[in-house]
Amino acid sequence: MQEKDLKNKLAEPSTDEETFVPPHHSEWKRIGRVFLRRPISLIGLIIVAILVIMAIFAPWIAPYDPLKTNPLNKFAPISSEHWLGTDQLGRDVFSRIVYGARTSLTVGIIAVATGGVIGMAMGLAAAYFGGWVSAIIMRFTDAIMALPGLILILLISGLVGGGIPIVTFALAFGSIPGNCRMMYGQALSIKQRDYVMAARAMGMSSSRVMLTQIFPNAFAPLLVGMTMALGTVVLAEAGLSYLGIGITPPTPSWGVMVNDGQKFLMTDPKLSLIPGAAIMIMVFGFNMAGDGLRDAIDPTLRGIV
Amino acid sequence: MNGKTDEILLEVQDLKMYFPILRGLLRRRVGDIKAVDGVSFFVRRRETLGLVGESGCGKTTVGRCVLRLYQPTAGTIKFNGTDITKIPEGKLKPIRREIGAIFQDPFSSLNPRQTAGSIVADPLRVHNLASGRDLDERVAQLFRMVGLDPRMADRVPHEFSGGQRQRIGIARALASQPSFVICDEPISALDVSIQAQIINLLEELQEKLGLTYLFIAHDLAVVQHISNRIAVMYLGRIVEITSSDELYDNPLHPYTKALLSAVPVPDPKVEKTRRRIILKGEVPSPATPPPGCHFHPRCEIATGECTEHVPPLRDVGGGHYVACFKA
Repeated sequence: MQEKDLKNKLAEPSTDEETFVPPHHSEWKRIGRVFLRRPISLIGLIIVAILVIMAIFAPWIAPYDPLKTNPLNKFAPISSEHWLGTDQLGRDVFSRIVYGARTSLTVGIIAVATGGVIGMAMGLAAAYFGGWVSAIIMRFTDAIMALPGLILILLISGLVGGGIPIVTFALAFGSIPGNCRMMYGQALSIKQRDYVMAARAMGMSSSRVMLTQIFPNAFAPLLVGMTMALGTVVLAEAGLSYLGIGITPPTPSWGVMVNDGQKFLMTDPKLSLIPGAAIMIMVFGFNMAGDGLRDAIDPTLRGIV
Repeated sequence: MNGKTDEILLEVQDLKMYFPILRGLLRRRVGDIKAVDGVSFFVRRRETLGLVGESGCGKTTVGRCVLRLYQPTAGTIKFNGTDITKIPEGKLKPIRREIGAIFQDPFSSLNPRQTAGSIVADPLRVHNLASGRDLDERVAQLFRMVGLDPRMADRVPHEFSGGQRQRIGIARALASQPSFVICDEPISALDVSIQAQIINLLEELQEKLGLTYLFIAHDLAVVQHISNRIAVMYLGRIVEITSSDELYDNPLHPYTKALLSAVPVPDPKVEKTRRRIILKGEVPSPATPPPGCHFHPRCEIATGECTEHVPPLRDVGGGHYVACFKA
């Protein structure tokens, strides 16, 4: 019996049904490999990871209570005791940066992701269905765009009050039109490609065509745009806090720290420069990681990068 | 040999597809592009009907109407005896399974972000024909059927040559085991050396699987080779339909004659002596087609009648139909 099997196997070509092993769809492994092999995306990933760890484990990392004031030790310079000095109220700047990562990352990521998902879904639907669906969605985004972002956010917070969730929502809302229009333009051209025609001709459902055929091919430029938007959102949150809508004063946030420090720019510039640098590093990190991810998921770059 | 060979599988009657021209702020309809303007033909089971004509004559639109990618303005499309023109999309799935489609450009007909295996598996998944291990095996079978190594299934389209890509497209079209396949210029984007391979593959598959083809192309030599019958289109209308041999031996419509005279003859003596008909002018715009016979402004034998009345597609005997008063 065994002998016969062996003979059969030897006699038949390697692509025979019996010996054929279905290929393992190791696309994710490949994406991971390409991503990690590029130093720039790896640096981005490390920065993002450090920031996330900092935010999660803030109480264990921060050497001081970020809210505790010390009138006797205001504007302390950088020292071994206070790594990044103290601010105008004698609070430890390093501790505030660590705790501030919580607010800034949460607001930034949630606002960008929510605005991105909603905006992209709207743009995709508008482009795919066209007609009155597209008319309603695109006129709605035009209406949002017509209002200056700040006025819009003031309006929302005036109606429902301030606080972090409201600010996050308002910032997300403000980023819908951009994402929607960008996705609309991308999807509109991809919709005409033959592979979308083929998918429709075989009877694939509309939602599946949108998700498996159009979206993956339209997503790349939006991904990079969203990582850039992160910095804008974190700064916008600071602006809102400055107007008294966002974060209530003692809670540390990078944006608020930039704003507070700005008053002492001449006497103690580090107070706004340090949180500013933190925002810059965050945007840089997400941007590099996003850029690397875009290249890693691009199948036409297989084997090149 | 299941089914009678003379049984009609697809019947298209008076098909019209007008695309509106919208202008101005209110997107008002100011006219129509008459891409397809009253086309009728039928395809018998297991035969190949070639549909030829120059770019913009509406042949691709006919194919897309049959695939119900466009909703025709008027006319009926009967598939296997059922009128599929107005069936809502939700109930169209069993019909979609029966009709496969092969597209022109193998570089844009495959999703660049899907693996070849996944592309071929899509119709099987959409119609719930296979899953799991069974799905992998079916995909492998399809790969072998079109002459590809199943081990290449996890590559993306970008990693294949044009000919290989078209083979993937053919495997996808045949995955749901359709009886009818619309080939929309399946070889015109390929290198000449690859064209013959793909044509042979299509013929071989037709023989093996008992397929019926609607073969859309602009290359007459190729169409004659693969088709049983040929329909010639000009500006949204069919001007002549007959068997492919008859069309070459005895073309009746002046447009068909002009088309055939443009095909080079591989014999220099014949090539020197034969008469070439060079058409004057350009194809008119389908937005403002000439009245009467669409071909009359470029026709050598047109008379007053041609400018006023549309010549009907009339039978001249032996299944040879021509739309010309003078022929």
